Amino acid sequence: MNIAEQYSKLVMKHFKKPHNYGEIKNADGIGTVGNPVCGDVLKLYIKISKNKKGKEIIKDIKFQTFGCIAAIATSSVITDIVKGKTIEDALKIKKEEIIKKLGGLPPIKVHCSVLAVDGLYEAIYDYYKKSKKEIPFFLEKAHKEILERNKKER
Amino acid sequence: MKRIYLDNAATTKVDPRVLNLMKKFFTDKYGNPNSLHSFGIEAREAIEISREKIANLINANSNEIIFTSGGTESNNLAIKGIAFANKSKGKHIIVSSIEHHCVLETVHWLEKNGFKISFLDVDKYGVVNIEKLKSLIRRDTILVSIMHANNEIGTIEPIKEIGEICKDYNILFHTDAVQSFGKIEIDVKKYNIDLLSASSHKIHGPKGVGCLYIKEGTKIEPILHGGGQEFGIRSGTENVPGIVGFGKAAEICKKEMKNEKRRIEKMRDKLINNILNIENTRLNGHPKIRLPNNVNCSFEFIEGEALIGILNEFGIAASTGSACSSRSLKPSHVLLAIGLSPEIAHGSLRLTLGRFNTEKEIDYVIKKIPEAVEKLRNLSPYKKRW
Repeated sequence: MNIAEQYSKLVMKHFKKPHNYGEIKNADGIGTVGNPVCGDVLKLYIKISKNKKGKEIIKDIKFQTFGCIAAIATSSVITDIVKGKTIEDALKIKKEEIIKKLGGLPPIKVHCSVLAVDGLYEAIYDYYKKSKKEIPFFLEKAHKEILERNKKER
Repeated sequence: MKRIYLDNAATTKVDPRVLNLMKKFFTDKYGNPNSLHSFGIEAREAIEISREKIANLINANSNEIIFTSGGTESNNLAIKGIAFANKSKGKHIIVSSIEHHCVLETVHWLEKNGFKISFLDVDKYGVVNIEKLKSLIRRDTILVSIMHANNEIGTIEPIKEIGEICKDYNILFHTDAVQSFGKIEIDVKKYNIDLLSASSHKIHGPKGVGCLYIKEGTKIEPILHGGGQEFGIRSGTENVPGIVGFGKAAEICKKEMKNEKRRIEKMRDKLINNILNIENTRLNGHPKIRLPNNVNCSFEFIEGEALIGILNEFGIAASTGSACSSRSLKPSHVLLAIGLSPEIAHGSLRLTLGRFNTEKEIDYVIKKIPEAVEKLRNLSPYKKRW
């Protein structure tokens, strides 16, 4: 595939200089999604704290990605989108928002934006689980669906 | 930014000597070689000179060379043409599992049309299993098609031995020599080759032209029907400027092969040695029996399309067998056939050298590759193991 033709300027910008990459050593939640066999794995680390209103927010977020240009760009952009947001708002994110923020994705790379959303859901799920909080039903359901997706080719 | 082209297995720059010769066949000697007037005669002469130059490069006779539109057409013509000409004798064809898509897709199409196909597997270096070839041959086998050198990993196949076996069993032998033609020695007589495909744009000639060598006396059915050009085997007005360029490119290869091979091999080995210094890296293909211009490596923990992306930023043009760079989302069938796991296949990089690469360029590339690999490994969740 021709890189310059297929990817928007924004995708290439995020790919060349990704935001918030690396590891958070004492993360409150970690989401690992994808499958190396399919060529895409995303690991998202989140650090949670409370805002002035006492609501839980994503204070810090970092990613590690094994994957293509689109996988790296979608990872980078999701960290930008949810950093500082309340968990409640972060869970409202849709793949369309990621695609829009990147100025579009080639059709065969749309699955990379799904991977990014899945990673965030899994990181929050992991945080709820680790901190022994009650896991909302929709998150439990999403978690099961993500595990199914991880087994298959994305 | 200065750009460095290391994708010569995909296509090559036209040699200025080739272009120079071609020019007048667009603007001056533009006749149809099938016309009876002087314009036609000079075009016909030019084609026949080219035919001879190409025949010379592989020790064939010039009436055994059929011009086509390129490697894909040559492979289609060879396999379909032999299949249909021999279907009363048998309907069984043997190919290797690492053939180019234009061979694999052709035999899959034949399969749908009543032919039987067997696939010969390869070892971890991509060398076909010669012993198994004999066991695959049946009473109704009409054709064996095995490439001379692989386009992805550069491994050179033992075509002399395959030719002997085919001769022994009286089966036709076709070889796709698109990657080896003009780069290493080919002798169709010595190797018992009945059909051989070659392409112009892989040897610094123009795109849109290739040829099929067909040993004299071999029955073949055309796949393009029309005005009966090319001995009735390939109808259609000849691509005269293309054919002239192809002939010139072949002539240059014959003259310069020995020196060029030595020069390019030296750069190849320098690339390989330096790349293998990077941790968790492997060479794909045979360490010795490989094309002089091919380097194919896998870097663990990173993905090939992203690597191509960073190298592109450094001005380096390369290619990968990763799924993410293809439309199919499956890694290269060649890398899987040599036993690579999908995750290792995803991290593959192919660098292919050509006539116009310089030692200085290679020095830049060996500095930049470790940088690109490190940058991606810094992003990767995998560090020392999967």
